Amino acid sequence: MPDRPLFLERASFRRRRLGDAARVMPVLALLLVLVPVWWMPERISSAGGAIWLFGLWAALIVAIWMLHRTLRRADATTLRASRAITDPRPDDHAV
Amino acid sequence: MPFEALVAGCLAYVALMFGVAFAADRAAGRGKVRWLDHPVVYTLSLSVYCSAWTFYGAVGYASRSGLEFATIYLGPTIVFAGAWWGLRRLVRVARMHHVTSIADLISARFGKSNRLAGLVTLIVVVAATPYVALQLQSVSLSFEVFATDGLSDIRVAGMQGTALWVAAGLALFTIIFGTRNLAADERHHGVVTAIALEAVVKILAFLALGIFVVWGLADGPADMVDRIHRTATDPENRGWLLQPDRWTALILVSGAAVIALPRMFQVLVVEAADEDRLATAGWAFPAYLFAMSLFVLPIAVMGRDVLPADANPDLYVLTLPAQSGQNWLAFLVFLGGFSAATSMVVVCTIAVSTMISNHWLTPLWLTLRRRPQSGDPEDLRGFVLNARRLAILAMMAVSWTYYQASGGTAALASMGLVAFTGMAQVMPAMLGGLLWRGANRQGAYAGVGTGSLLWMLMIFLPSLGIDGLLPVPPEVDPLAFAILLSLAVNTLAFIALSIFGMPDPVERLQGLSFVSAVDPIRHSRVARGVDQAEPLLVMARRVWGAEDALRFFQTEAALQGKSGYLPDLTPGFLTRLERRLAGSIGSATAHAMIDSVAGGVKLTVSDLMQVADEAQRAKEETQRLENATAELARTARQLHEANDKLTALSVQKDAFLGQISHELRTPMTSVRAFSEILKNPTLTPEERSRFAGIIHDEAGRLTRLLDDLLDLSVLESGQARLSVMPVTLHDLIDRALTAASATRPERHFRVERDPLAEYVGIITDADRLLQVLINVISNARKYCDAEHPVLIIRVIRVLQGGAQIDIADNGSGIEPARQALIFEKFARLNDPARAGGAGLGLAICKEIMANLGGEITYLPGQGGAAFRVVLPRRPPVPSDAGWRHRA
Repeated sequence: MPDRPLFLERASFRRRRLGDAARVMPVLALLLVLVPVWWMPERISSAGGAIWLFGLWAALIVAIWMLHRTLRRADATTLRASRAITDPRPDDHAV
Repeated sequence: MPFEALVAGCLAYVALMFGVAFAADRAAGRGKVRWLDHPVVYTLSLSVYCSAWTFYGAVGYASRSGLEFATIYLGPTIVFAGAWWGLRRLVRVARMHHVTSIADLISARFGKSNRLAGLVTLIVVVAATPYVALQLQSVSLSFEVFATDGLSDIRVAGMQGTALWVAAGLALFTIIFGTRNLAADERHHGVVTAIALEAVVKILAFLALGIFVVWGLADGPADMVDRIHRTATDPENRGWLLQPDRWTALILVSGAAVIALPRMFQVLVVEAADEDRLATAGWAFPAYLFAMSLFVLPIAVMGRDVLPADANPDLYVLTLPAQSGQNWLAFLVFLGGFSAATSMVVVCTIAVSTMISNHWLTPLWLTLRRRPQSGDPEDLRGFVLNARRLAILAMMAVSWTYYQASGGTAALASMGLVAFTGMAQVMPAMLGGLLWRGANRQGAYAGVGTGSLLWMLMIFLPSLGIDGLLPVPPEVDPLAFAILLSLAVNTLAFIALSIFGMPDPVERLQGLSFVSAVDPIRHSRVARGVDQAEPLLVMARRVWGAEDALRFFQTEAALQGKSGYLPDLTPGFLTRLERRLAGSIGSATAHAMIDSVAGGVKLTVSDLMQVADEAQRAKEETQRLENATAELARTARQLHEANDKLTALSVQKDAFLGQISHELRTPMTSVRAFSEILKNPTLTPEERSRFAGIIHDEAGRLTRLLDDLLDLSVLESGQARLSVMPVTLHDLIDRALTAASATRPERHFRVERDPLAEYVGIITDADRLLQVLINVISNARKYCDAEHPVLIIRVIRVLQGGAQIDIADNGSGIEPARQALIFEKFARLNDPARAGGAGLGLAICKEIMANLGGEITYLPGQGGAAFRVVLPRRPPVPSDAGWRHRA
């Protein structure tokens, strides 16, 4: 795609990498949930396994929350930056 | 709890739901959708995933199979972990195409094929009916639990009617709030708000029960973990051992179900205002599921420990608090379960009835009524709404019949799984359609067809007790085997047929739009069929009603800059009209209707190529316009600069005219005054000679001024006569310094030179060059404002021959704004009194240098005023024209 810039400034670069992280997230979650059960089903079936599973689940939710929060902020920043470039007038209502 | 009180509480709760739905619908009607559109309401509405199966069945599931119950919630959590790029994109594409259901999405993607939508609808109906029946059963079961003590005959009769009453009430609710209008976007604010409220009741009830069990019945978390450990390690509980294949298959299926189940697609995609709310729902919905699952295992274990062995594990959530005498808690839990069941039934019925009416009944009706219609223009709208109402009633009736026929014996969990695995068969076609442009309709038919056939034989029919149709290897789990086999065959068939098939043009256009998540490219398909919009308006009126249709057509006409209600049939307008219609009756039907009204010219491959060409041309045109704009901006800047310069020059010129009059007038005045005096005969000879001298001097000044002006005009016209000779710059600089020292002789300048470098011989007009040097050095003497003035003269030999002379002082220099003007004719810096000239010096220098074939420029940034005189090795030979002119 010839229209895309070859290199990005720092904020956009960060934003793209966060997008990559958002793609990796479900794959990582799937692996974390599947592998231990294939590996040692007996141990996961016990009370300790339940605690481990729910702990993992909670950590996953927190991770998604943090990732989405960062992504939204990054989006807002890049949006402001692109607005500032295309429209030099100060826009206080910008997200 | 008395049965009557229970019924009264239930009715009050139902009345509250009706009230909330009604209020929300009214608020939406008045345009107050801000809090209705809040991400929290959206997230809560997603909890319709947790039906009665979750509420009652999860505990039963956990008590039979331990931790395996969690797969049903881990699958959605993993899918929502990818909400940012996956679900957001799905919602964006679906909103773009005004998709009304999952069948509509697939049909729209694969060339607006209604037969494909019909097939998906069939699977949905087959899978959803037992599921709805299951909800009715759970409500009925929960009623029984409350009324086990002292049943009278009347009560038994009432109990048997419970499911029927519930079904009737839900049908009424769904018809009232689900089929109010045929809006272009299929959103139901009332329903969504009511189920959001029910979601809160659900979670509160479950958490309250969980807390009661862990801290009320058990001695806190440590004791609970102990009990779980004992149960898990009990050798009788072989079911608690996790099987990796089942674990994987169930996570896969529940991840698919959270998107593909009709009710989930309805709340997740159709009811979403935009894709941004998924940023919140992405973590909040998994958190909801987490909270719903946290206490499942404790409740299941406590139920096994406390309750008699023959108690139904699916009803532990009710029997546990009831046994412990916690009547209010039991009632709250009952309401939670009731909420779970009713919200699922309502949303599922809305979704399924939309599919039935859009993909079965309406196309059928349109086919049957092919003759031209001249009757009531409202007929189609009324028909579609009635078709939905009919579908809702039919769905309810069939579900109730199913419940009655099945006798309500099957375990809740297995019936839920039947629906999950059935809807998962749609996933390969949907995912492939969204990610792969090559996916085509034949592939979708093959995938969905084979997958659902296998599902029917291996999962659905066995769930009804019809077993052994397909052999299953004895050493594997039958369910995991069926799931993995059906999905694998489904996907392979889909891919294989897509690879070997050839999609038609409409499909290719749709594929591009879905996969790239771009607006469908407009094509000029129908513009040839009719040349006026009126038949289309009539058609739209039949679907939306007169008011809405007129508003849409007026807006479109206004967009084209036309007044009235009939826009031109541009491709853009037709595309938008079709998509809006698709929002009401499904894309396939909308496509067919526009085709039938507007002539039905088929889109061909060459049209498609043309579309691509148009897109390419539009892109090039945009690029060209951008370039032209940039060019214009550059020109404008240049013009702006030129204008500024002209304005400044004009001001300078006015000032100069005033100045030159003044300059001419001052000597003139003295000449006149002293001539007057000379007339006086009484003057002494000395006075006479002094006055005559003054007159002479003043006349000389006048002459010099006029000489300067004349000189300038001669130089400018290129008629200056050059007397060319070889000179050494050292001598010229010496002479210039000497001559210029007459200017402000009271100032002592330190001169920095490099005499050796100055021995550069060139051929030029020595007098003219000397004039330039004197002028520049005199200017430095005049204007340099440093306390200890220094004059720096550097001569540099230029490689190509010739030389450049830099003359700089250490004063404050010339401000940037004036640098552009100093070589102009009428320019003069500072105030006239200090300058003592008419501002022609540098203008003359510039002209001289031009005549000598060199140039004089101002060097900025040298710490003072600095000029560079550039000389060629020899002056240019005057052109023939110049000679002829002179002759």
